[in-house]
Amino acid sequence: MRELVIDDVATDTMLDLYRQMFLIRIVEDACQDLYSKGLLHGTTHLCSGQEAVAVGANSVLGPHDRVACTYRGHGHSLALGMDLNAFIAELLGRQSGICGGRAGSMNLIDLEHRLLGCYGIVGGSVAAATGAGLAFRGTQRVAVAYFGDGAVNQAYFPECLNFSKVFGLPVVYVCENNLYGEFTPMDTVTAGTIMDRVRAYGVAASQVDGMDIRAVRTAMQGALESARNGDGPVFLEALTYRFAGHSKSDPGRYRAAGEFERWRERDPIRLAREALTSELGVAEDTIKQVETECAVRLAGAREAATEALFPDPGESVSEFKA
Amino acid sequence: MQLDFRGAIRKALDDELTADPAVILFGEDIGAAGGAFAVTTGLQEKHPNRVLDTPISELALSGAGFGAALCGLRPVVEIMFGDFLPLAMDSLLNQASKFWYMSNGQASVPMVVRCVVGAGGRFGPIHSQTPIAWFMSVPGIKIVGPSTPADAYSLLRAAVRDENPVLFLEHKRLYTVKGEVSGEQQSIGEAAIVREGADLTLVSALRAVPDCLEAAAMLESAGISAEVIDLKTLRPPDIPTIVKSVKKTHRLMVVEEGPRTGGWAGEILAAVTEECLGVMQSAWRLTTADHPVPYSPGLEDAFLPSATSIVASVTQHMAGGKVDA
Repeated sequence: MRELVIDDVATDTMLDLYRQMFLIRIVEDACQDLYSKGLLHGTTHLCSGQEAVAVGANSVLGPHDRVACTYRGHGHSLALGMDLNAFIAELLGRQSGICGGRAGSMNLIDLEHRLLGCYGIVGGSVAAATGAGLAFRGTQRVAVAYFGDGAVNQAYFPECLNFSKVFGLPVVYVCENNLYGEFTPMDTVTAGTIMDRVRAYGVAASQVDGMDIRAVRTAMQGALESARNGDGPVFLEALTYRFAGHSKSDPGRYRAAGEFERWRERDPIRLAREALTSELGVAEDTIKQVETECAVRLAGAREAATEALFPDPGESVSEFKA
Repeated sequence: MQLDFRGAIRKALDDELTADPAVILFGEDIGAAGGAFAVTTGLQEKHPNRVLDTPISELALSGAGFGAALCGLRPVVEIMFGDFLPLAMDSLLNQASKFWYMSNGQASVPMVVRCVVGAGGRFGPIHSQTPIAWFMSVPGIKIVGPSTPADAYSLLRAAVRDENPVLFLEHKRLYTVKGEVSGEQQSIGEAAIVREGADLTLVSALRAVPDCLEAAAMLESAGISAEVIDLKTLRPPDIPTIVKSVKKTHRLMVVEEGPRTGGWAGEILAAVTEECLGVMQSAWRLTTADHPVPYSPGLEDAFLPSATSIVASVTQHMAGGKVDA
């Protein structure tokens, strides 16, 4: 199952990774639009700018691995293979949503596609993956937790990292450091560095450029191999940036002047597109065709979701599984 | 087989570990040390690699139990004292209890959290609480609190086999109680009439059940016939069994070892009143006071419900005579 040569990503693979990232970006733009039209309710947390982490890291998982995410989980959900129609329908609260409209944007769950859940508490994914790792002791399966920089200051992180290390669990912890915990710059509320904290537990840790999808794939491949080999938990800090606010109530006024523009220069989708055309010699028309296909898929899913039925409030619900 | 309460729990865990390789136990001091209350003695030797000593990290314990349950294990997590449950609460409340509903039935979370609870051991305010009310308003979790070795054995086995998260509470003043353990199967969610009576219904759980039985014996000699119901499962409570009893006795007293305000006794009173208002003579509760559990022996004894305080409360409420007006 494993692709061994990652640095030399084949053109077809790179084009497929680009397709996935592009789809996530336009899906997030659509979420913005659906929200402004009152069709997507409550709030939503977009991952625009962080697509290379979601697509790159999940593209090298095995079929029996399991993943836990945060409320900023649209990209991961789609990268793991969640059906686009069921995804959009869930965001719109429809019966045909992946969770029947019960979970919404922040709490997507898709066990069939390896997703143990997106959690509304910033450190929740860390625990879910740690438990999965406990179940995977002595197997070839690996559990992966994705979480933001904000999670490292919540009790889940140190407790689970220690727990995982002392039992040598096959877990890969991927911190998507986008520099802000909600509206607050990470460095103003975090003592020391994330890497130093992890290393203090004796957990193998490395950093990766989260805007470079090939770098993310290579780093994740190494992390998964190490965990699969029984070498215990691995930590990966992906340096990234979100182009959207934390949530729908966030205008992003906290960003330093010029910061946004500098990160925009390193847009992972732009970088991947440049690699396709200049390094891999893919024709502009081919890329445009991929982009058009994504737009058509999204339009179809969007139309299907807006026409889908809402769940029936009269349906009887049991709080327990019988 | 005669067993004490802790031996019944140990046997239930041992039998489940033997019956199902997916069962795993983990918690603080439960392995090599055999548990703070010697409940799990010998289990690690017998089931190596499936009885784990963990760091003192209650949130990691509950979270790991949740994640492991989603991936095929049936974890039994020990949170040493119920008083430590707030540290584990996020995963229990926001992850394990919600998953079945939130995932639209993709999977449930078959995990058990065992805790020592209750006052009377001179453990002071932060090792003596009975944290039932903290979880009563959490949909998706079951709360079990047995009062006899037989129930402890049967209900713990049922809890491990349950497809949903179960909080299993063990009262520290019950551990040395001895009784016959038959191994008879029981279902979570069923209360039992443990003494029949005609004049009032006494409802309680955990250590208050033997108090109610003792009180009922004392009341009998005063000419009052009390029916005693052992709830066994606090959440969801078996309201029909209580309603049936109250329709016969016309009086309901709920005894809760726990603070009065927001306690589970209030919930029982409300639920039964909704069904029985027209036929009830009176309904009331005996609880602990709205302050923390005290340490000093005299204070703690006075604080707790007892056979004597139950008798006094019944006598006071029935001072007008037991004959229906």
